[in-house]
Amino acid sequence: MADTAKNGVNVQALLDARDALTKAPEAAQFKWRAACEWKNGTHSHSTVESFYGLGAEQNRKTTFKFDADHPEVFASEDKGATPVEFVLVGLASCLTAGIAAVAQNRNIQLKSVTATIEGDMDLAGILGIDSEVRNGFKGITVKYKIDADAKPEDIEALVAQSQKRSAVYDIVTNPTNVTVQVN
Amino acid sequence: MSRCLAERSIDHVLLERGEVAQSWRTERWDSLRLLTPNWQSRLPGFSYAGSDPDGYRTLPEIVAFISGYAKSISAPVRTHTTVTSVRSDGAGYLVRTDRGDWRCRSIVIASGACNIARIPSFAAHVPPSVAALTAQSYRNPGQVADGGVLVVGASSSGTQIAHELQRAGRQVTLAVGEHIRAPRMYRGKDLEWWMDAAGVLDERYDQVDDITRARRVPSLQLAGTPDRSTLDLNALSDIGVKLTGRLAGITQDGKAQFSGSLRNMCALSDLKMRRLLELLDEWARTNGVDATVEPPDRLAPTRVEDAPPLGMDLVKSGIRTIVWASGYRPDYSWLELPVLDRKGYVTHDGGVVSEAPGVYLMGMQFLRRRKSALIDGAADDARDLSTHLAAYLDGAAPRLSA
Repeated sequence: MADTAKNGVNVQALLDARDALTKAPEAAQFKWRAACEWKNGTHSHSTVESFYGLGAEQNRKTTFKFDADHPEVFASEDKGATPVEFVLVGLASCLTAGIAAVAQNRNIQLKSVTATIEGDMDLAGILGIDSEVRNGFKGITVKYKIDADAKPEDIEALVAQSQKRSAVYDIVTNPTNVTVQVN
Repeated sequence: MSRCLAERSIDHVLLERGEVAQSWRTERWDSLRLLTPNWQSRLPGFSYAGSDPDGYRTLPEIVAFISGYAKSISAPVRTHTTVTSVRSDGAGYLVRTDRGDWRCRSIVIASGACNIARIPSFAAHVPPSVAALTAQSYRNPGQVADGGVLVVGASSSGTQIAHELQRAGRQVTLAVGEHIRAPRMYRGKDLEWWMDAAGVLDERYDQVDDITRARRVPSLQLAGTPDRSTLDLNALSDIGVKLTGRLAGITQDGKAQFSGSLRNMCALSDLKMRRLLELLDEWARTNGVDATVEPPDRLAPTRVEDAPPLGMDLVKSGIRTIVWASGYRPDYSWLELPVLDRKGYVTHDGGVVSEAPGVYLMGMQFLRRRKSALIDGAADDARDLSTHLAAYLDGAAPRLSA
């Protein structure tokens, strides 16, 4: 079968990278970073620039900037998305990138992929009203609308495989040790 | 392999740490039946001639079958001979055992893929009041205290043990990671019949897209039950087994943490099963089999509750026993050859261990064919590898004498 799908994903480069990193497992060790600075109130400003991988420091052409805040109903100034919304953005964009990559690898032409993502939260957790309620999401629902040259079950399989390979999906569904240090 | 070597008059010996079929005698649970039907265990010079070709051998029957075959081919087995090391020795190999040393020009590693139960490191945090078993050390419900049981792993072993313990009155929670769902019977025929007839089991290691992944695929959720029922997660839910996501960790204070990925694990499995059945339907259509079997049907999707538990305090939840059915790994502690990859598996090309000329591997998942780890897969692999081995001995002979 000729690879005719064009989703803008260089699958060959990804497959080559997988090959190379299988042989050089130390080059597969990455460190992802962000820096965050408090501005005022609940407003903070974060930047994403360098990361470590392939055995070296990697710099980008662009420094990406993110403002985070809380909405006005929290008596905040709403200068950016809330941090939990960044988590939703992270999950949705990771799954969507995965769908494109898997589709390319399976030679499925995507026409449009849109997702809405919603996290349910009981504020009784973060406000300390009820110690039995967790701070984080009770659950997250992602709804995809996908138009592609493929049977519905092949599209379902894309979405399922994308979850299986997604870093953010793993981060959100499994525990991670977090170490927070001061000074 | 012994039979194939004998056919070529290649002098050989089989070293066995215990009795023939040792792991079947000592490392399986009592009620286990072979998950392939009787007709399917074809070996060089042997095919089933009994009255129940579609039945599944019980454990004693498996032991009798393998021992009987060894006898029938006069396999030169040295029982109660444990190999303690294998190393290079000039042009050949030196095999040390607890009953003397052997020098040989060729070695076939047929020590199996399932020597050591794979247990995650966080198992160390299981509270002392909770007993731990593995799919290898589990024998029967009599070993398991009344109360709750957490079975970790939902492949062939985990689902069968979960089923048996729930039926025996324990409250079983089953932690479900990646798994392969499969109907026992499809369109009136055993699934193994379909996969055999359609050539799925004969698919070769050099024909699949990603052999590394294919070799990692967990065992099908199949059980050799006398009533030929399908043992999937829905069947387990029906009898009251509680499903959770993959066991992701156990905290130091004894809380099990389950992954939130259960829904996707089940979706993936349902999709894979559907793909397999579609492939079989397609084969039936194009090979004139359609009219001879029942019409296609599909199992209902796997049921997952709305919010499966993400955590469980093992003691407070009444868990008295954990059964690790989370896979196995081979034991190569005796293999002193530079042939292991960084994960501790023998590097090979379809069973030919290129880094150690004259060394061969058998009985591993998808070694040469999808069926390689089945008893029924041994014959074709042994024919191929014995051919290679014979050529190696012929080619190596001049060098050895030089």
